[in-house]
Amino acid sequence: MSAMRTLDASAVREAVERMVVEANCKAEPALTDAFTRCQAREEQKLSRSVLEKLTLNARLAAERMVPMCQDTGMAVFRVRLGQEVHITGGSLERAIQQGMARGYEEGYLRKSVVDDPLFSRENTRDNAPAIIYYELTEGDKLDITFAPKGFGSENMSAIAMLKPADGVEGVLDFVVDTVRRAGPNPCPPMVVGVGIGGTFDKCAQLAKFALTRPLGSRHSDGRYAALESELLERINALNIGPAGLGGHTTALAVHVETFPTHIAGLPVAVNICCHAYRHSHVVL
Amino acid sequence: MKRLQLPLSREALASLKAGDEVLLTGVLYTGRDAAHQRLYQALQEGRPLPVDLRGQTIYYVGPAPARPGAVIGPAGPTSSYRMDPYTPALLDAGLVAMIGKGRRSEAVREAVIRTGAVYFLTIGGAAALIADSIRSCQPVCYEDLGTEAVYRLEVKNFYAIVGMDSQGNSLV
Repeated sequence: MSAMRTLDASAVREAVERMVVEANCKAEPALTDAFTRCQAREEQKLSRSVLEKLTLNARLAAERMVPMCQDTGMAVFRVRLGQEVHITGGSLERAIQQGMARGYEEGYLRKSVVDDPLFSRENTRDNAPAIIYYELTEGDKLDITFAPKGFGSENMSAIAMLKPADGVEGVLDFVVDTVRRAGPNPCPPMVVGVGIGGTFDKCAQLAKFALTRPLGSRHSDGRYAALESELLERINALNIGPAGLGGHTTALAVHVETFPTHIAGLPVAVNICCHAYRHSHVVL
Repeated sequence: MKRLQLPLSREALASLKAGDEVLLTGVLYTGRDAAHQRLYQALQEGRPLPVDLRGQTIYYVGPAPARPGAVIGPAGPTSSYRMDPYTPALLDAGLVAMIGKGRRSEAVREAVIRTGAVYFLTIGGAAALIADSIRSCQPVCYEDLGTEAVYRLEVKNFYAIVGMDSQGNSLV
């Protein structure tokens, strides 16, 4: 039996505490670069001015270490645990939950979670619980991605269990229609995560994970990369535009993630992210 | 860019056209999902509202916590459509303007026309920037709701765009 690498839960907790604050307050350069690039191609004064204000907002947030958006989201983590890592000094789950709650408190982030979805709806006051997806991988590293998810855009997301006969056109239509219906609500320019395949639940997860990819990165299969381009073009022809005020920049990117599926099915999920495309990543 | 004083006068409300850019100065009240539900419930039961909204403007916002020394944390608009089920009743009770983001329902549009109100848009996600135009923040009621409580904000040159004018013309 090979030796296990030990990792103390306190190191996980501290890393998570830092990463939730960083993701909310510091926009990635790729995002502000995209604002600037899109601003140059907008013709309407109002659309240009929205993108200019978003760039300024991101700068102010980073300078002051305040969140760029007051909706600092429900905390979503993707955790890849190498099978040779042994967590000591407490549970991994608790370390992540506590690190998240502490980061939201110490970082002056908004606590936006209610304890019960339908009846009491009382704020838990520490943003807990986070939603954590675990994957076991090879190796001796713990890899954590954090993406806070605001609900202005989450609420505009949708899933469809298409028929195989619906094909490429069916997928294109469903994704574009979902964005059209969302209109100005999800704080465009948005990033559109698309899951294709798997089961009902897997498909939604693919769409969520599509929103953890680097902004504008492409699917490795050329056919899907072409689908991403086609979707982006159709979405940007909807004239929703920055803040929904019209223009060419309705989406900054479309990311498609795929998985094998059943002979009878073609599930498609669309998870929309607002222009606050926020992440942080750490390898321990 | 039009400069307007809050609370808004009847003349100012009537003069605004969808697409106008404005800078608002004066007093606003915050309110989002949970506060709207309570205000609406009070109206339904014929109880007096804990805040006098007659002639006032509501900003749909749940601010982030303020850092020490700051007046308020980042404070951008939330999606307005979730307030639609409660809005006609509030407009009938005297509310004259709302600030948020996104589309409104047909019932809200009808109530806007009926009462001569205005719906403003401000930029979703520009929360740190918007907070700079907020000069004071005091809780008014429903403090148990935390970020969802009703706060009285004094704003100076608060940027907004007329999303729906008092004739019901809509920008989004």
